[in-house]
Amino acid sequence: MADDVTTSDVAASPATSPVQGAAGRTSQVRPAASARGGRRRMNSQLRKRLEIFFFVAPALALFAMFVIVPIVTAVQMSLFRWKGIGPLVDFVGLQNYVSVLTNDVFTGAVTHNLLIVGLSIVIQLPLGLAIALLLNRKMWGQSALRTIIFVPYVLAEVVAGVIWLQLLQPQYGVIDGIFTAVGLEGPDQGWLGDPDLALGTLMVVLTWKYLGLAVILFLAGLQSVPEELYEAAQLDGATWWQVQRKITIPLLGPTLRTWGFLSMIGSLQLFDMVWILTRGGPANATTTMATFLVNEGTQRANFGIAGAASVVLFVIALFMAVLYQQLILRRDTRPETGRK
Amino acid sequence: MSAQTMSDLSLAPTTRQRRPGAFRPANVVVYGIALVVVALTLGPVIYGVLGGFRTNAQLAATPAGLPDPWVLDNYIGVLTNPTFWQYTWNSAGVSLITTAVVVIFGVMAAYPLARYEFKGREGLFMVFVIGLLFPATVAIVPLFILITQNLQLGNTWIGVALPQAAFALPMTVVILRPFLMALPKELEEAAMIDGTSRIGFFWRILIPLSGPGMVTVGVLAFVGSWNAYLLPLLLLQGDMKTLPLGVADFSSEHASDTAGVFAFTSLAMIPALVFFLAMQKRIVNGLQGAVKG
Repeated sequence: MADDVTTSDVAASPATSPVQGAAGRTSQVRPAASARGGRRRMNSQLRKRLEIFFFVAPALALFAMFVIVPIVTAVQMSLFRWKGIGPLVDFVGLQNYVSVLTNDVFTGAVTHNLLIVGLSIVIQLPLGLAIALLLNRKMWGQSALRTIIFVPYVLAEVVAGVIWLQLLQPQYGVIDGIFTAVGLEGPDQGWLGDPDLALGTLMVVLTWKYLGLAVILFLAGLQSVPEELYEAAQLDGATWWQVQRKITIPLLGPTLRTWGFLSMIGSLQLFDMVWILTRGGPANATTTMATFLVNEGTQRANFGIAGAASVVLFVIALFMAVLYQQLILRRDTRPETGRK
Repeated sequence: MSAQTMSDLSLAPTTRQRRPGAFRPANVVVYGIALVVVALTLGPVIYGVLGGFRTNAQLAATPAGLPDPWVLDNYIGVLTNPTFWQYTWNSAGVSLITTAVVVIFGVMAAYPLARYEFKGREGLFMVFVIGLLFPATVAIVPLFILITQNLQLGNTWIGVALPQAAFALPMTVVILRPFLMALPKELEEAAMIDGTSRIGFFWRILIPLSGPGMVTVGVLAFVGSWNAYLLPLLLLQGDMKTLPLGVADFSSEHASDTAGVFAFTSLAMIPALVFFLAMQKRIVNGLQGAVKG
């Protein structure tokens, strides 16, 4: 197109900047223009502001309306006792926070969330890394493998959850069938019905659902490890394991740390899978902060309690995010060459 | 083991032997592990699809067996169920509106954040970055009240699509901004000289050139919306429900009809899987972009 021609002409031409100034790029001609001052510059500044407003306003309005306003409302709600009818009048101060923080179900939920954060990283990081390292070689069916491993992640939580619900059915489910076939016995109340087993079972399903994300991200990170390093290591006679330990894993650091962050935030917000599999039961053994607040807010209309739980969830997420940023992600903020 | 030796012998130029593969464990072990991983990954999905071709009696008698004989009734039952199609239609409608809003508003917001110089630009960008930290769950109860009572948008496509788009915007802006920044400055200068305004540049040059970036964020928004559960669960009832709600309902209403549940679930996952297969490169690229940020 004609654009290409003009682009190169302009780039080569020394006359570029004055022309540009006339076209309205005030920032670049400011020293010269300031002497002349002028209405023209005011107008173009105003015009620029209007343009910025025109472009940003729709997104900002949507964001303010459906993200910021509800979050502010949640904070406000948390200070009142309110059943959802009439105006907010029954101000109770921090009483809802006291109720939430002294509620065994909620503190249990916090424990479950933290346990899920920890277990997700302890289980999925080594497993995902091992699979990614093994798949990071030229092999037959490589791209098919990469696609397949990502399938559970693409399925809706509900779809995956309902399938697992069937597999885990007590007595008639295939998992119990397999146990029987090898001479073992499934738990009487079922995998999800036994308070001692439910959280562990949930972790197995979560690992199945989210491992693919870890593998795909790690594989993507592995693409950026320069081939020459491997060649050099081979010349030095390094073993496969030495290469992985000294070259691959350190260079994968930023990817691993970013995945850890995503996994942590996701684990703190966990709702869908738990709601489908157990609704937080049995006996609150799998309640998470999110199922707790949805249950209080929508099933029991304790809006003040739900609001306080929301705020606590957000504060915990923010605190952990900042901590993670300071302790772990900080290394990655140094400017690195060769990465986008 | 033999496979590796064979290929090494047959295509054995020296460069090949220097490849990192040469000091990795034998291929057989790798393929073995890969097979186990595939079996564990796809096993539940395939079991569900095959389970839809069995009867409940078959499932109860031999939980781990194959369909014998193959039964089509479950799948036919779902495919002739108007509710299934109604839910699919709703899912498509909500997802398309969400995607359109996210992509249009997202690229518009990312443009000045990427290519205008103004005071407060980084501050404005930070608003979106911090938005990444707000889970929809935190705001879900006020959101529910806002949409159903204040806006009277409960049980409508738009009432679900708008908040979904709002929560998808931060990620969209964060992905698109570096993308728009990377377009060469000369392009903009040339367009200005040709007499195009910044708005004209946006429409005529930036939008066509940022197609790949917009497809990435669009795919992420579409999949996210298609799979969404919590917000639709609170906002939609009856005929307006989306497919994930339909799956959850069907499985609790027909709890004893395992084969029927398998059929419904298997059919419900087809659209997401097909879309994923068609767009998988985009999804993966988008995730990489998000990680490399």
